[in-house]
Amino acid sequence: MTVPPTEVATPQTDALETEGPDSPKAIEGRSLTQIAWRRLKRDKVAMAGAAVLIFLILVAIFAPLIVKFLGHPPDEFHQDLVDTEMGTLGPKGAWGGISWDYLFGVEPVNGRDLFSRVVYGSRISLLIAFLATLLSVIIGSTLGIIAGYAGGWVDAVISRAMDVFLAFPLLVFAIALAGVVPDNAFGLQGNTLRVVMLVFIIGFFNWPYIGRIIRGQTLSLREREFVDAARSLGARTPRILARELLPNLVAPILVYSTLLIPSNVLFEAALSFLGVGIQPPTPSWGGMLSDAVTFYTMPHFMLFPGLAIFFTVLAFNLFGDGLRDAFDPRGR
Amino acid sequence: MPTTDPLLKVTGLTKHFPIRKGLLQRQVGAVQAVDDVTFSVQSGQTLSLVGESGCGKTTTGRMVTRLLEPTSGSILFDGRELSHLSVGQLRPLRREIQMIFQDPYSSLNPRHTVGTIVGAPFEIQGVKTPQGTKRAVQDLLELVGLNPEHYNRYPHEFSGGQRQRIGIARSLALKPRLIVADEPVSALDVSIQAQVINLLEDLQEELGLTYIVIAHDLSVVRQMSDRVAVMYLGNLVEIADGHDLYTDSRHPYTRALLSAVPIPDTSRREKRERIRLEGDVPSPIDPPPGCRFHTRCWKATDVCRTQVPPLVEIAPRHEVACHHPEDSLVAAAPAQAAAPVEDAPSGTAASGTMTA
Ligand SMILES: Nc1ncnc2c1ncn2[C@@H]1O[C@H](COP(=O)(O)OP(=O)(O)OP(=O)(O)O)[C@@H](O)[C@H]1O
Ligand code: SF4
Ligand SMILES: [Mg+2]
Repeated sequence: MTVPPTEVATPQTDALETEGPDSPKAIEGRSLTQIAWRRLKRDKVAMAGAAVLIFLILVAIFAPLIVKFLGHPPDEFHQDLVDTEMGTLGPKGAWGGISWDYLFGVEPVNGRDLFSRVVYGSRISLLIAFLATLLSVIIGSTLGIIAGYAGGWVDAVISRAMDVFLAFPLLVFAIALAGVVPDNAFGLQGNTLRVVMLVFIIGFFNWPYIGRIIRGQTLSLREREFVDAARSLGARTPRILARELLPNLVAPILVYSTLLIPSNVLFEAALSFLGVGIQPPTPSWGGMLSDAVTFYTMPHFMLFPGLAIFFTVLAFNLFGDGLRDAFDPRGR
Repeated sequence: MPTTDPLLKVTGLTKHFPIRKGLLQRQVGAVQAVDDVTFSVQSGQTLSLVGESGCGKTTTGRMVTRLLEPTSGSILFDGRELSHLSVGQLRPLRREIQMIFQDPYSSLNPRHTVGTIVGAPFEIQGVKTPQGTKRAVQDLLELVGLNPEHYNRYPHEFSGGQRQRIGIARSLALKPRLIVADEPVSALDVSIQAQVINLLEDLQEELGLTYIVIAHDLSVVRQMSDRVAVMYLGNLVEIADGHDLYTDSRHPYTRALLSAVPIPDTSRREKRERIRLEGDVPSPIDPPPGCRFHTRCWKATDVCRTQVPPLVEIAPRHEVACHHPEDSLVAAAPAQAAAPVEDAPSGTAASGTMTA
């Protein structure tokens, strides 16, 4: 007796989307990425973060151009702007010498253009943070996927390695290593060598953060039946990793690298602040903060590089959080 | 009727999952998921594998599709031994044995379009189709009752029943001969279950498929089973032709399972009492010795506790693993009783499922 009603009812529910050849818009599917993108675009805070990020990246790329029109060469001394008579060596004029010519004022002692130095500082900061994150992501994702998919002793070894790396006193190690770096090595010298070294130290020791997350995600993905379906069709392991698992890992990789970048910005600033990062005269935000400590009576010297770090870190974090929310399957 | 060799012949199939502990991954025990299972499937027929959760049905199915390697035993498919072939050796054979998965939400990659999912078999196996992969995929979608225009859609845009149809389309792409369907409808709404079962039956007729259908409930597979095998804690306890098993089961465990199934035949209903099994299913890590069912069997004796009952043919085409099998209910008139009941269940089985 129950058969007739269900027979009538079910073709409608089950074939609901089967009907409708006359609605062409229904045919083109929307991928999860497209859905996440739509959600992201509606997230005002994340979009503000993204705007700041794009602005910062443009500033870093076009630093020479910006400085040419709005400032002075970052290494140019302007001792005429510094008060040598009173002996304070502070900038002449109110507010640290801020004027239309010197938008952020000038440095004490040498009178270098602070605006130019902050603008140029963004290059070092972002370059090191991006490259170090890239290195972490490459190592972390690769080892995370391998550990999660292979399991067994491979997983045991990689997981223990992650524990070791996370327990490593990175800052102490970085200070020690940076102290003994020669001026020339691997055919590189000066700050080029230092950039490479900082990228290597920061990137190499941070991979377990990404690695753990990717391993966890891979562990749960591996149990999904679509992986078995691919295997039962005769797919080889590289195909399963690249075509079945990786597309599902792009979102977490993207989210957690966005969140790793700001912590790398801070790390680089800390190293430069401690004098083991980028060496003067190349401007870096951490280095400028360090220089400014002695001149605490002239707050503008500390304020501008400090604000630059603050906004960079905040923007990445806001954007990263928005990205995570947009991809979060629970909110779907 | 089994004059020809069976398409699939499984003998003594066993799977023990090692339990490993510690950094050195030492083996400290084993889950005896499937133990000494023997059955065969004739070409074009359906064998149902039935039993409670955790009794080893999925593990058996995965060994047949060689997603798992058996610990021991033989899997003879069309005369070829599959049990210990390497991944590379299996690749060409994958075309002939396919699987339909239990969970339509996890069996389709959420990042791939339907076109990519159903087209994957062609791509992975390097099969060239005469009119191109897209055309072939659309034909398959049509075959399973989906709109071929939905080629570019993503799995999350479909209902559970439609997703299961996508999974079925994928399993059909390489024109397999044997399909293992692991609880193909258990994740679906009761109202959709009958549709998917009907689709599987239609496809079987149209394409001459052979099925192993896994279910935890005897009523779901009633209308489609030619043979039914009942499993308990990794063992096969009874196997018989579908009608035989439903009307004249001989193993105490099968009787208990059947007593929980609503019977459409009212004349029999009075005779049946609901048998309630005492206790829980024991752990497959340390299964009871002798007959694995003895901890819950009301007929258990000393011999049950010490000796494993072999699977013996108790009647033609009816095998039971029990020291004290139940009496036959239709021993007096075996031939006549068969005819009228044969048809009755298939029509009403669906309603039984729905009211259950
Ligand atoms: N990979 C594995 N490792 C260890 N034990 C396993 C593994 N897969 C299954 N088992 C165990 O083997 C036993 C049989 O599992 P199986 O999945 O075959 O049962 P099932 O009959 O399909 O049950 P269900 O109805 O719940 O799907 C269970 O006790 C299960 O815990
Ligand atoms: S062998 Fe004994 S314990 Fe096992 S089912 Fe038969 S009667 Fe019960
Ligand atoms: Mg199962």
